[in-house]
Amino acid sequence: MPADVTTTPGGTPATTVDISAARAALKDVDREPGAAKPDPIVIADNIVRQFGGLTAVDVEHVEVQRGVITALIGPNGAGKTTFFNVLTGFDRPNEGTWSFNGNGLNKVPAYKVSRMGMVRTFQLTKVLSKLTVIENMRVGATGQKGENLLSAMFAPLWRQQETDNTAKADDLLERFLLIKKREDFAGSLSGGQRKLLEMARALMADPELVMLDEPMAGVNPALKQSLLGHVKSLRDEGRTVLFVEHDMDMVRDISDWVIVMAQGQIVAEGPPHTVMGDQRVIDAYLGSHHDQDLSEDVEEEILAAAQAEIEAEHADDVTVEPDQDAEQEDHRG
Amino acid sequence: MDFMAILGDSLQQALGPTAIIYCLAAIGLNVHFGYTGLLNFGQAGFMMIAGYSIASAVTVFSTSLWLGVLVGLILTVVLALLLGVPTLRLRADYLAIVTIAAAEIIRQTISAAKFSGTFGGQDGVTDFISGFRAANPYSTSLDLGVVEWSAYDTWVMTVGWTMVVLSCVVVWLLMRSPWGRVLKSIREDEDAVRSLGKNVYAYKMQSLVIGGMFGALAGFAVALRSAAVGPSFFATDVTFFAYTVLLIGGAARVFGPVAGAIVFWFLITGLGTFFSQATRSELIPPAIMDTQQASLMRFIFLGLGLMLLMIYRPQGIFGDRRELAIDAR
Repeated sequence: MPADVTTTPGGTPATTVDISAARAALKDVDREPGAAKPDPIVIADNIVRQFGGLTAVDVEHVEVQRGVITALIGPNGAGKTTFFNVLTGFDRPNEGTWSFNGNGLNKVPAYKVSRMGMVRTFQLTKVLSKLTVIENMRVGATGQKGENLLSAMFAPLWRQQETDNTAKADDLLERFLLIKKREDFAGSLSGGQRKLLEMARALMADPELVMLDEPMAGVNPALKQSLLGHVKSLRDEGRTVLFVEHDMDMVRDISDWVIVMAQGQIVAEGPPHTVMGDQRVIDAYLGSHHDQDLSEDVEEEILAAAQAEIEAEHADDVTVEPDQDAEQEDHRG
Repeated sequence: MDFMAILGDSLQQALGPTAIIYCLAAIGLNVHFGYTGLLNFGQAGFMMIAGYSIASAVTVFSTSLWLGVLVGLILTVVLALLLGVPTLRLRADYLAIVTIAAAEIIRQTISAAKFSGTFGGQDGVTDFISGFRAANPYSTSLDLGVVEWSAYDTWVMTVGWTMVVLSCVVVWLLMRSPWGRVLKSIREDEDAVRSLGKNVYAYKMQSLVIGGMFGALAGFAVALRSAAVGPSFFATDVTFFAYTVLLIGGAARVFGPVAGAIVFWFLITGLGTFFSQATRSELIPPAIMDTQQASLMRFIFLGLGLMLLMIYRPQGIFGDRRELAIDAR
C-alpha cells in the first residue's frame, strides 16, 4: 500500500461492521424519539438553532446507528437541513453537543468534520462547473501531497499519488455510470448526473458516514431507482448513510431506520413500516385535523381557542399559560 | 499622417516597460480573481508598498536595492495577511471593499505631508536607482527600425520580461498541481470544497499572498522604469487597468495577462497617437475636436472596446468558449 492512502480517522470504511447484525440490533430499539441505539456513530444532545425569534431546530437527543441507512424525514420547514448543517459543521447551533465516533464536534470546522470521515452532499447540488468530471473527482481525494503549497510546484512529489487517485476516480465513475462524461465540464451534466457525480466525489474520501441531503430531489423516476441502488450499495460496502428526504416512498424502500422531524423537533423514530403508521407522523405531515370535516362547530371551537389565546396574551401580567389552554382546545377538537 | 510613427509608438509601449508593469500586476490578479475568485481591487496598494520599499531602502536606509526587494516582498505578505484575516471568512464582496479602501489608505498615508521628509509627499522618491543603472550591460539603444528603446529601457525590459517569464512559469507550475485545482474549485463553490475536507480559508490566504507578491514585482518594475516612485503612479485606476489587461487576455489562463498587456498598450497608445496626429494635421477639423480633447479619445475607445469585448468575446483571447456555455445555464 502506498503511503498516500488516506490516514484520516475512520478513513477506511468500517468493513468490520456486520450489516445484518447492525440491522438486527435495531429490532430491540425503542420506537420512541431519542431512543438509544446499540452502536451509535453520531450522538446529538440538546441541539438548538435559532434564527432570530424562530427556533429552527430543537433536538433533545438523537443517535444514529452504525452500518445502516437512516432516513431523516419531515415536512418542509421541519429543520432537517438545518440540523444536517449543524451536524456537518456548516452551521453553528446556539447550544448543544454532538459527536461523531465519540469525538465531540463542537467548534470543529466543516473541513475537519469531513476529514474525520463524515462527508456530506448538498440539496442544491454543488458540482465544480468549470472543472471536468475527472477533476471534480480528484478534488475529492484526501491527504494529497500536491495540495500543499510547498510541494505543489514539484510534480515528482505528487505524480504517483495523482495516478493512484485517478485510477480510483475512474473506478468510481465506472460504477456511477459517468465514465463517458469523464472529460466533460461538470457544468454540462444534467441534474441527475450531478447528483451521481456529487455522490461519487464524496466517496473519493472513503467516508465512514455519508450524509446525503435530499439525494432524490428533482431527479426523474428512472434515475431515482438507480440512485436508490447506489445508496444501498454504500451500506453494502460497510458505510453508514444518513439522508434527508421528504418523499416517503423513497424512504420506505431503502432505509433501515427512520427519524421524523417536525417543527424542529424529533417527533418519532422507528423502522419505516411502523413510522409510516405513527399518528404523530401523520399529524406532522398532514396536520392534526386532517381527517375531520371543518364543520361549523369545529370552526367555532378553533375561533374560541384563538380568542382565548389573544385575551390571555393581553393579560400577560397575570401568569396564565395561554399555550396550554389552546392545546387543550385542540385535543377536544 | 505617419502610420510608421503610430506603429512605432504602439510597439514601444506594447513591448516596453509599461506593459511589463501591467502584465505583472495582472498575473497577480489572475491568481486572485482568475483562479481563486477573490476580488482584489487594491492591487495598486501591493505595488505601492513594494515600490516604496526599494526606493526607501536606498534613500532612507542607504542599503542596497536587493534588501529593498526583500523588504518589499515581506511587507506585501504582511499586507495580504492583514487584509485577508478579517475578510476571507466572509463573502467575496467584503474583500473587494477592504482592498480598494486599503489601497487608498496606503496611498494617502504615504503621500501625507507629515511623511514628506521620508517619502517626498506628492513628489515621491527619486535618486535611488544608481546601483541598477550602473549594472546596465547595454551601452547603446536597441533599434529595430520602426521602434527604438533607450539603453536604460532595454535593461529594464530585460529584467522585466525575465520576471514575467519566471512568474508565468511559477503560475503554470502551481496551477497544474492539485493545489491549483483546489483554488479553481474554491472559485466554483467554496462549500463543496469545504465538504471535501479542504481548509478553504488557508487556501484563500495563500492565494492572496501569492497574488500580492506578483503585485510586488509590478511595484518593483514601476520603480525601475521611472527611476522614481510617486503616489500618482499607484492610483486606483492602475488596478482597473490591470483588470482590463486580465480580461482582454482571458482570466485563468497562464498567458492571458501577457497577451492582454501587449494588446492593451498597443491599442491605447496607437489610438492616442492616431488622434493626436489627426487633430494636429487637421485631418479632423478643430471644430470637431482640438488636440486636448483628442488625448481623451483613447479612453472613450477603450471603454467601447471593453464593452464589445464583453459582448462578443467575454472569455478574452485565450479563454475557452465551452466554459462560457456553462455560465449561461
